[in-house]
Amino acid sequence: MQDMGIQVLFEGINFSRLLAGLWVSLRLALISMVFSVALGIFMGMVMASRNKILTVLCRIYLETVRIMPQLVLLFLVYFGAARHLGIDISGELAAVIVFTFWGTAEMGDLVRNALISIPRHQYESGYSLGLTKAQVYRYIILPQTLRGLLPSGVNLLTRMIKTTSLVVLIGVVEVVKVGKQIIDASRYENPKAALWIYGTVFILYFAICFPISRLSIALEKRVKG
Amino acid sequence: MKNKILKTLLLTGLTVGLLTGCGKGSNQAAGGTEPAQAAGNEAVVQETEAQTEEAASAGRSLEEIKASGTIRIGVFSDKNPFGYVDANGEVQGYDVYFAKRIGQDLLGSEESVEYVFVEAANRVEYLQSGKVDIILANFTVTEERAEKVDFALPYMKVALGVVSNEAAPVTEVEQLNGKTLIVVKGTTAESYFGENHPEINLLKFDEYQEAYDALLDGRGDAFSTDNTEVLAWALQNPGFTVGVESVGSLDTIAPAVQKGNTQLLNWLNEEIQALGEEQFFHKNFDETLAPVYGTAVDADNLVVEGGVVE
Repeated sequence: MQDMGIQVLFEGINFSRLLAGLWVSLRLALISMVFSVALGIFMGMVMASRNKILTVLCRIYLETVRIMPQLVLLFLVYFGAARHLGIDISGELAAVIVFTFWGTAEMGDLVRNALISIPRHQYESGYSLGLTKAQVYRYIILPQTLRGLLPSGVNLLTRMIKTTSLVVLIGVVEVVKVGKQIIDASRYENPKAALWIYGTVFILYFAICFPISRLSIALEKRVKG
Repeated sequence: MKNKILKTLLLTGLTVGLLTGCGKGSNQAAGGTEPAQAAGNEAVVQETEAQTEEAASAGRSLEEIKASGTIRIGVFSDKNPFGYVDANGEVQGYDVYFAKRIGQDLLGSEESVEYVFVEAANRVEYLQSGKVDIILANFTVTEERAEKVDFALPYMKVALGVVSNEAAPVTEVEQLNGKTLIVVKGTTAESYFGENHPEINLLKFDEYQEAYDALLDGRGDAFSTDNTEVLAWALQNPGFTVGVESVGSLDTIAPAVQKGNTQLLNWLNEEIQALGEEQFFHKNFDETLAPVYGTAVDADNLVVEGGVVE
C-alpha cells in the first residue's frame, strides 16, 4: 500500500506520545527560559557595572559557557555530579540547570548590550530627580532595554527548544527520541515510516517556534508604538 | 530570586569543582576556585542527605535494592527487537523480557523493574555514576569495557552472517573463493574477511543501504555483516537467504553491573545459570526474536543458555 508510512503515526498511542514528547521539550525550554531571564537581567546589570573584578568574573563565566558544548555540561551535571559528588538528580532537573546556566550567560550578555546602549544622561537625569539606583533601573532603564531584548530573547528561546534534542543523552525522552522509538518499533513492518515521523516532528517544532517568533514581532511593534 | 542565585552559585561551584577535579595534576587554577567548590559541596550534602553517598562507590547492594522495592535496569528504547517501545508505549524486546524475569526473581514482581532508557554512547556512564543497577542493552563484551564495568555471564552471542540470493545460495565460506563479497566499511565483516580470506574479493560500501542495494542489483555474490542484521533483512526480502548464520569471531552479549558490585554480579550469574536449566533464553527467543528473524533461524546460533558459550 502506498500510504503505509503515515499509518504508523496513528497506530496505538503514537501520536499522543509525540505530543507528550513535544511538551517535554517545550516545558524544559520554558522553565529554563524563565530562570534565565530573571538571572540574566541581574547578571547583565552586574556586567554593565564598572566593577572590574565582577565584570571579569562574568566574562569568564560567559566565555566558559560559550566554549563548552551543552552536551558536555549535561554530562557533567547529570553523570559527573552523581559519580564524584554523590548527588543523584533527575535528567529533567539536570537539563533545567544546564539550560539555565547557559541561558543566564547569554541573557546576561544581551542585557549588558542593551544597558550600555542607553545613554549616560538617562541615568544622570534620573539621579538628579532624586531617584535611587533601584528606581532608576526599575522606571527608566529596564523599560527601555526591554524593547531591544525581545527579538534576541525570543531567538534564544527557540534555540533552547531546539537544543532540547540533546537531553536524550541524559535519559530524558523528548520529541525527537519518541520519533526514533516509533520509527524503530515499526522498522520491520514499515521501513518507510522514518520520513513521515521526522516530517511530523519537523512540523511540530515549526508549530511551536513559529508562533513564538510571530508573537515577539507583534510585541515589539506594540512596545515601539 | 535569592533561591535562584543560590542555585546558580551552587551550580557554578559544582561545575568548577568537577572541572578542577578532572584535572588534579594541573593545580594552578585551583587556588581561586576551591572555596566555591567547598561551598557547593556543603550545600549539596545538606540538601541530599546521606542516602546517595554510597552511590558513587560500588553500586547498590542486594539489600538496598530489595529495600527500595525497585531495580533500575538500563535498556535501549529504539533497538528493535532487543529493546524498543511499541505503539502503546510499552517496552518490549529480548533484553526487556530478561529484565522482567530479573524483577520477578529478585523482587517478586515484573512491575518492580524501573526501565531507564540508555543510548549506546552513555551505557558505561550510567553504570559508573550509579544511575542504574544493571545494563541490559545489547551490551557486547569487550576488554576495554570490562575495565570500566563488570560483565555477568553472557545471554546472547553475535557473529557474522552471510546473506545471498536463493538462486545461488552461499552456505559455506569456501564457496566464496574468487567471488565478490559485499561488506560495509568499518564493520567487523570487513576486517574479518580482509584478514582471514584474502582469496575473496571484497566490494566495500560506506553505508548499509548502498550495500543492500548492491546485493539486490547483483553486483556481488553475497553480503556479510552482523548475523542479527542479515537475518532480519533476509526475512523482509523474499528471494534472499542467510546461508551462513555464524562465522568469524564470536562476540558475547552480557548484562553489566557497576564495577565492584560483586553481590549483584554473583546473583546475576546464579540467575543466568538457573535459567539455563529451564531453557529460558530459548523461550525468550521464541517470544521476541523469532517474529523478526523467522522460525527458520537456529536459535542456538544466537542464544546462550546458562552462560556457557560452546
